[in-house]
Amino acid sequence: MTAYLLKRLAIAVATLVLASMVVFAVLEILPGDPARLMLGMNASADQVELLRNQLGLNAPLPWRYLHWTGGLLSLDFGRSYTYSVPVIDLVRERLAVSLPLALIALALSTVIAIPVGLYSASRRGRAGDTVAMGAAQLGVAVPNFWFALMLIYVFAVWLRLVPAGGFPGWSAGVWPALKSLLLPAVALALPQAAILARVTRSALIEVLNEDYIRTARAKGLPYRAVLWRHALRNAMIPVLTILGLQFAFLLAGTIIIENVFYLPGLGRLVFQAITQRDLIVVESVVMLLVAAVIAVNLLVDLSYAVVDPRLRSRQ
Amino acid sequence: MRLWKTILAAAMLSLATGTSAFAARTDLVIGIPLEPPHLDPTAGAAAAIDEVLYANVFEGLTRIGPNGEVLPDLAESWTISDDGKVYTFKLHTSVKFHDGTDFDASDVKFSLDRARADNSVNAQKGLFAAIETVDVVDPATVKVTLKNPQGSFLYNMGWGDAVIVAPESADTNKEKPIGTGPFKFQSWAKGSSITLVKSDNYWGTPASLDKAEFRIVPDAAAYVPALLSGDIQAFPFFDADSVAQVKDDPRFKVVIGATEGETILSINNKKPPFDKLQVRQAISYALDRKAIIDGASAGLGVPIGSHMSPANKDYLDLTGRYPHDVAKAKELLKEAGLENGFKATLKLPPPSYARLGGEIIASELRDVGIDLEIIPVEWAQWLDQVFTKKDYDLTIVSHTEPNDIDIYSRKDYYFNYDNPAFDKVIADLNLTSDEAKRKELLGQAQKILADDAVVGFLFELPKVGVWDAKLQGLWENAPIQANDLTKVKWSE
Repeated sequence: MTAYLLKRLAIAVATLVLASMVVFAVLEILPGDPARLMLGMNASADQVELLRNQLGLNAPLPWRYLHWTGGLLSLDFGRSYTYSVPVIDLVRERLAVSLPLALIALALSTVIAIPVGLYSASRRGRAGDTVAMGAAQLGVAVPNFWFALMLIYVFAVWLRLVPAGGFPGWSAGVWPALKSLLLPAVALALPQAAILARVTRSALIEVLNEDYIRTARAKGLPYRAVLWRHALRNAMIPVLTILGLQFAFLLAGTIIIENVFYLPGLGRLVFQAITQRDLIVVESVVMLLVAAVIAVNLLVDLSYAVVDPRLRSRQ
Repeated sequence: MRLWKTILAAAMLSLATGTSAFAARTDLVIGIPLEPPHLDPTAGAAAAIDEVLYANVFEGLTRIGPNGEVLPDLAESWTISDDGKVYTFKLHTSVKFHDGTDFDASDVKFSLDRARADNSVNAQKGLFAAIETVDVVDPATVKVTLKNPQGSFLYNMGWGDAVIVAPESADTNKEKPIGTGPFKFQSWAKGSSITLVKSDNYWGTPASLDKAEFRIVPDAAAYVPALLSGDIQAFPFFDADSVAQVKDDPRFKVVIGATEGETILSINNKKPPFDKLQVRQAISYALDRKAIIDGASAGLGVPIGSHMSPANKDYLDLTGRYPHDVAKAKELLKEAGLENGFKATLKLPPPSYARLGGEIIASELRDVGIDLEIIPVEWAQWLDQVFTKKDYDLTIVSHTEPNDIDIYSRKDYYFNYDNPAFDKVIADLNLTSDEAKRKELLGQAQKILADDAVVGFLFELPKVGVWDAKLQGLWENAPIQANDLTKVKWSE
């Protein structure tokens, strides 16, 4: 178990270092000058140069890379060029939206997908299965921004139950804040649930064909008990893998939904920073996300060991 | 059945009377597409900064009114010396900044000296270039001496980049703006909204609104549902393509006004074959403005024939200079020795006027034998490749700065246009403050640009505002970048 853990950790650290090099190199090659973007078309070349010096953009590349990664090690993420506030403050504000949103969406998608997957697998080929999987197919196919707009028209414009968009901040109270995350969470969760339900179903069907399931049934266990105790547990590995990937996506890949609901999430921060060439923000946020994805994958790897005892004993 | 109708009628009646019993609203939520990077108008070019703070939080010596006129602001009046070089401003007294500190002549000196200092990163430093000295005469009088007379000086002092700030708060205005205006800054939820509240100790006519929130809505698809749900009551800069969805709805008012955005097909004047006048004129003849306006601005743009807004008092209508004439265009190309046409590139920045307009222009130029390769670019790339390095043939962009015809005389500007006769007119203009003389010079300048077909003049970018029909006092036009809320109120 310790060896398994150490190996995973070493891989994680190597990935982080490699990612920092790639991220830095790619962004530095990108054409565009943050100083010129900030000063606009009426500023003279001298003035742009002055601002570049003030922002530290004229220092040599290797020095800037070491300065940046050195800062990251001491958890100093640098200062945004355009906002001129510490990047970590920007990230903290955005995480207050993106993290709860991702968690709610993930919880919703799991709560919907697992029972549907179980139901479909145990009723394979029957009418219930066909309907459920048809719905799931639709869920995967429908573009989420269109689905989001439909939700807005029904629940915000017509019924006026929730705001059409925006985020009042947690300081406005837990309920108003949660209310504004509700529709986006549903819009994000349904397509994810559809995928997850299909994966759960096919993983279960595979497991249900195994000999030990027949043995369990033969020794007299009720079908329900077999399904929950033996089949679901064994089908968990692909399901967990997908869940891990989905969490990473939900944290930063939700720019379209954030735009439709004008939520100040992490995805929009990165997008905006790219268009404004606020490179330090992009670099630091991308690194944080890489770290988050690696951490989630590590967790998923560890949870394999929990659901599958064979992974624990294997040296 | 009848009972139901009675109940329903009663319910509606009580609802109607219920709402009218309230006093008029005093809060407003305004949707803006872009978030300001910070809140200091003296330290950045982003239009979004002025669109939140100008006239609301910050004030200058003068200010620009709803139709582009220069009005007194913190300066109550002024006198100009006979040689046009010394401006003496009489300031309003008992004006306070929002943090309670007093405003006086020393703040004016501080602000102007700060903006023109060597290490200043004011995005419009050129506005202050003519200033030689700023002297405090007494707390209520300030004297500005210019190096040479400058006709546009009072206008320049009305820009957002020339607002008066206090030495105590100048360095923190980016996060916590402190001005003298009728609204003071309350809070900024990054990425989400900026809230202003009425200032209690304003020196002038107080605002009618108690609270104004600017909410950032980046996606045009979200505008209509936000209006319909009542979450947002005004979009001063609405999406032209979505107007059809709200224009017949009596709850909203759609207001089409003018901006200072001359939308042009910029031409690299030094790059062959565009260095030939006939080629540039051929391009102008090939353009069908009507089709471009219909496609690129939902038919709302106003055609222009030179670099001046049709809403400007000095505007000269030159749209007839190059009527759409394919045969004439081909003939001119033949004269230039290009009867077989040629290939060129068209770089398009992200706004829809450029991307949509570009498609139409490419097809119109193809009709006269010019084969364009369309290259979409981001703003950062555009500024880098086109604007700074001048690595382009043609591009489409809207020049949104007000009264900016002088850009054609700037050395090393991205048009690569160089005409001493034009430079002379602009130099004379800078030294002229007589209105009639200025109008004549501006007319000459517009004519030269049209005759030289420096760029393809397309249309003035429309300002499409949509807001609640009960809302009054928002600007119809956008003579400068601003959302002036000082006169905005709800009707009963």
